[in-house]
Amino acid sequence: MGYYINEIKSTGNIAVDDTILIKGTPATAGSKMLENFNPLFSADVVERLEKSGYEISGKTNVGEFGLDLMGETSYFGATEVDGKLAGAAATLVKNGDIKAALNVDLNGAPRRAAAVAGVDFIKPTYGTVSRYGVIAAACSGEQIGVTAKDAESVKEILSVIAGHDSKDGTSLPAEKYDYEDVAVSRMKVAIVKELYDLASDEVKANIDKYSESLKALGVTVESVSLDCVKEAQTAWQILMSAETTNNLSRFDGVKYGYRTADYKNIDELYVKSRTEAFCFLTKATIIYGSDVLAKGKYESCYDKSLRIRRVVATKVKEIFASYDAILAPACANAEYKAYDIIDSFEKVFEESVFTAVPSITGSPAMVTKGVQLIADTYKDNVLLSIAKSVEGLEA
Amino acid sequence: MKYELVIGLETHVELSTDSKLFCSCGGHSSPKEPNDCVCPACCGMPGMLPVTNKHAIELAVKAGFMLNCKINQYTTFDKKSYYYPDLPASYQTTQWFNPICVDGSVEIGERTIGIKQIHLEEDAGKLVHDDATNTSFVDYNRTSVPLIEIVSRPDFRSSDEVIAYLKKLKSSLQFAGISECEEGAMRCDVNISVRPEGSEEFGVRAEIKNMSSLSEIKDAIEFEKVRHVDALERHTEILQQETRRWDDVKRRTFPMRNKETAADYRYFPDPNLMPIVIDDEWLEAIRASMPATAEEQSLRYTEMGIPEKEAMVLASDRKLSDTFDAVVALGRAPKSVASWILTECMGNMKRLELDELKIDSAKLSRIIELVDTNEITRPAGKKVLSAVFESDVDVDKYCEENGLNVKVDEGFILTTVQRVVAENPDAVANYKSGKTKAMQALFGLIMRELKGTGDPVVIRDLLQKELDK
Ligand SMILES: [Zn+2]
Repeated sequence: MGYYINEIKSTGNIAVDDTILIKGTPATAGSKMLENFNPLFSADVVERLEKSGYEISGKTNVGEFGLDLMGETSYFGATEVDGKLAGAAATLVKNGDIKAALNVDLNGAPRRAAAVAGVDFIKPTYGTVSRYGVIAAACSGEQIGVTAKDAESVKEILSVIAGHDSKDGTSLPAEKYDYEDVAVSRMKVAIVKELYDLASDEVKANIDKYSESLKALGVTVESVSLDCVKEAQTAWQILMSAETTNNLSRFDGVKYGYRTADYKNIDELYVKSRTEAFCFLTKATIIYGSDVLAKGKYESCYDKSLRIRRVVATKVKEIFASYDAILAPACANAEYKAYDIIDSFEKVFEESVFTAVPSITGSPAMVTKGVQLIADTYKDNVLLSIAKSVEGLEA
Repeated sequence: MKYELVIGLETHVELSTDSKLFCSCGGHSSPKEPNDCVCPACCGMPGMLPVTNKHAIELAVKAGFMLNCKINQYTTFDKKSYYYPDLPASYQTTQWFNPICVDGSVEIGERTIGIKQIHLEEDAGKLVHDDATNTSFVDYNRTSVPLIEIVSRPDFRSSDEVIAYLKKLKSSLQFAGISECEEGAMRCDVNISVRPEGSEEFGVRAEIKNMSSLSEIKDAIEFEKVRHVDALERHTEILQQETRRWDDVKRRTFPMRNKETAADYRYFPDPNLMPIVIDDEWLEAIRASMPATAEEQSLRYTEMGIPEKEAMVLASDRKLSDTFDAVVALGRAPKSVASWILTECMGNMKRLELDELKIDSAKLSRIIELVDTNEITRPAGKKVLSAVFESDVDVDKYCEENGLNVKVDEGFILTTVQRVVAENPDAVANYKSGKTKAMQALFGLIMRELKGTGDPVVIRDLLQKELDK
C-alpha cells in the first residue's frame, strides 16, 4: 500500500488521516466497512486549513479506525518502509513530500509513527482542537494532532487548527491559542522511572541522549516515580474500547457503508455485514468494550476507570507542581516489524502503556527525536519550546 | 380473598421544541414527507457531534415544576445501546445516571401519585413495513426529537386513577406549553401487579409496552387484573415478570418475544456531552417563565367579576383560558366573553364534536362587539358564530350578506309588525280571547320577516302595543 487512500492534489502541502472528513472525498477510516462512504461535510480542522490558504494533498492510510500500532490493520494494506512498519503520514513528512499532516491520536498510533520515523508530532490538550468531522472511536480521549518535521512547523499548523468550535460540545472556550515561546533554561523535566524501565535499550539510550541535550540547555532532569502507569493503561483501554464499541455500532449495514450480499433477516444483515467488514483488531476491541459495559460489570470496569482517570490526573498534576514537563518513551522499540495480526490486541495493549497517561488525562504530549514529552493541560507551548530548543542545538 | 391492583406508569411525551434534541433539524411538527427532516447528526453519520438544545432542558425543568419535582441542577446524558433499524446510531441518548427531575407528586382527587423521576431522551425513527414486497423502510424524521419520560411510583390502585392521572398530565403539560400532547405524542408503559389487599409486598409484575389510547390503557389494565387474580386464585397460569403488548383486535394482552426484552443496554455517560449545570439564575428564569397555574388563573378571573364556577371552568382548559385572555385583551367585557365562550362556543364544540376550542380570537371579539353595541342581535351573533365554527367565515361580510345588521330603522320594524298583525286576524282573535301562545306565533312570523335582524325586545314591545290597541 502507498501512502494515500485517496490522493486529492499532488501540489497540496498538508495531508489528513482518512479518519478526518473532507466533503465529497471518500472517507474510509482504513476499513472495508466505509470503502464507499462519501461524507456530506468537512471537519472543522479542514475548513480552518483551507480558510488559511493551505491545500490538502490527500487522505493518508490509517489502521482501521486508528486503533492499531501505526496503520498495519488498514483494509488497504499496511504502509511499510524497508520491510518495517511505518506510519503513512509520518513517512510523507519525513521524506519532505508534505509540510505537515493531521492525525487522530486515539491510542497513540501517530505518536509511535512519529517516534519511529524521527519526525515531530503533537497531541494537543484535549478540547483545544475540534473533533467535529472525525470518524469517532474513543471520544473522551481522542484528539487531532499535527505531524511535521520540526517544532516550528508543528506550531504553525497547530495555531491554525486550534480554537473554539461550537459544533463540538467538548471544545474549550478560547477562540485562539498563540503558543507563546517560553525560556527553556532553568526548566525542570522529570523522567518517569516506571516507563523508562519498560523500554528497550535502544530507546533508553535515546532518552539518555535527549536528557543530555536538555541539560546542555540548562534544564534540570530528574527521575521521578509515577506509580499508576499500569492502572492508567488498563483504565484507558477500558474507556477506549467501550466508547469505540458504542461509536462503531452505527456501522450496521442499514444506512450506508458495507452491507453483506445475502441475508434473510435484520439480525443476519447486522451480523454478516459487521463480520465481513471489520478486521480482527476492531472485532477484539468491540468484544472487549461490550464486555466492560455489560450489566453487572459497569461499576467494576467502566465506572472504576473513570475514577482511575481522576486519580491519574491528580498524580500527574503533583508532578507538574514541581516539573515543567515529563520525559518518557513514546513506544518500547525503535522499530517494528510486521507481526501476526492475531496478536494485535495484546500488542497494542502492551505498547499503550507509554501513551495512555496523556490519552486518559487529556494532557498535551509531543513526540520529538524519538522521545515523548508530556506537559500539564494548556501547556502545549512548553512542549513546543523544549522541542524547538533541542532541535536548535544541532543547527 | 380481596386483591388490589398496584400500577406504575412510564409516560413518554414529545416536547414542543422548534428543533431536535441534539441537532438543528425541525422538531416534532415539521416534517411532511419521510426523511424530510434529517441531517448527518440525527441520521447517525460518523463525524457529527451532538449539541444540546437548551429549550428542551428548559421544558423538562418546567415539567419538573408542574409535577412538584426536585430539579437536579447537575444533570448528565448517557448512551443506551441496542441495534434496531429505527435507531440510526445504534444508541439512544438518554439520562440514566442523573435525571433532570426527581421526587415529585401529582394530586388526583384525594390521592397523591408519587413521581420518581423525569428524564430527557431522544425519540427513535419509524419503521414502515410493506408486506407486498416484504421490505421495511425507515423514516428518521422523528429520530432525536426530544422526549421526556415521566416515571411514576407504583401508587395507582385502579384503572380510573391511571386515566385521571393521564388526563391531568396532558392538560398540565399543554397548559404550560411543554407538549402539544397530540394524538400518539404521549405513550405509556404500564407496570402492573396484583396483591392481597393490605399486603406490603409487591406481586409479580407485567409491563405492557407502548400504549397511547386511554380506552386501550383502561381495557388492558382491566384484562391484566383478571388475568393476575385468576392466576393467584385459580392457578390458571404461573405469573412471571415479563413484557406484554395489548392486542386491540383480540382485546387482550400477549407476552412479547423474550428476545425483544432481554437486552443489556450497556448504559454509560456520553463523553461528547458535558454535564449540564443549571445554576440558580437559570433555574429562577425558567420558574419565572412558568404560566400561572389553573388555581391562580381562576382567582384572577373571579377578580375580574366572573362567577367562581365559570372562572374555574375557564381556567381548567388552556385553550379556553387563552381565548378568554386574548378576547378580553381586545377590549371586550370579561363577563360577556365568559358567557360567549362557556355557552355559545362550548355549544358549538359539542354540536361539532370538537375536543378543544379552536377559534380566531379576533373574530370572536368582533361578534361580541357587534352584539354588545347592538349592531346585531344576540341570535344573529349566535348565527355568525356557528358559521365561523363551521367554515371560518369573515364576520362583517357574513352579517352584511345575510342581512343581520340591526341598522333596520324602527319605522320599518313597525310597518312589518302592523302588516303581520293585519294579515293574521285569527291569531289576533285567539290572543284577545286569552290564548297568550298566539302572541309567540306572531312574534315568530315577524322575526322571520325581519330575518332575525331587529332587536327582539323592541319587536316584542311594538307587537304588544299593536295587540293591545
Ligand atoms: Zn438532524
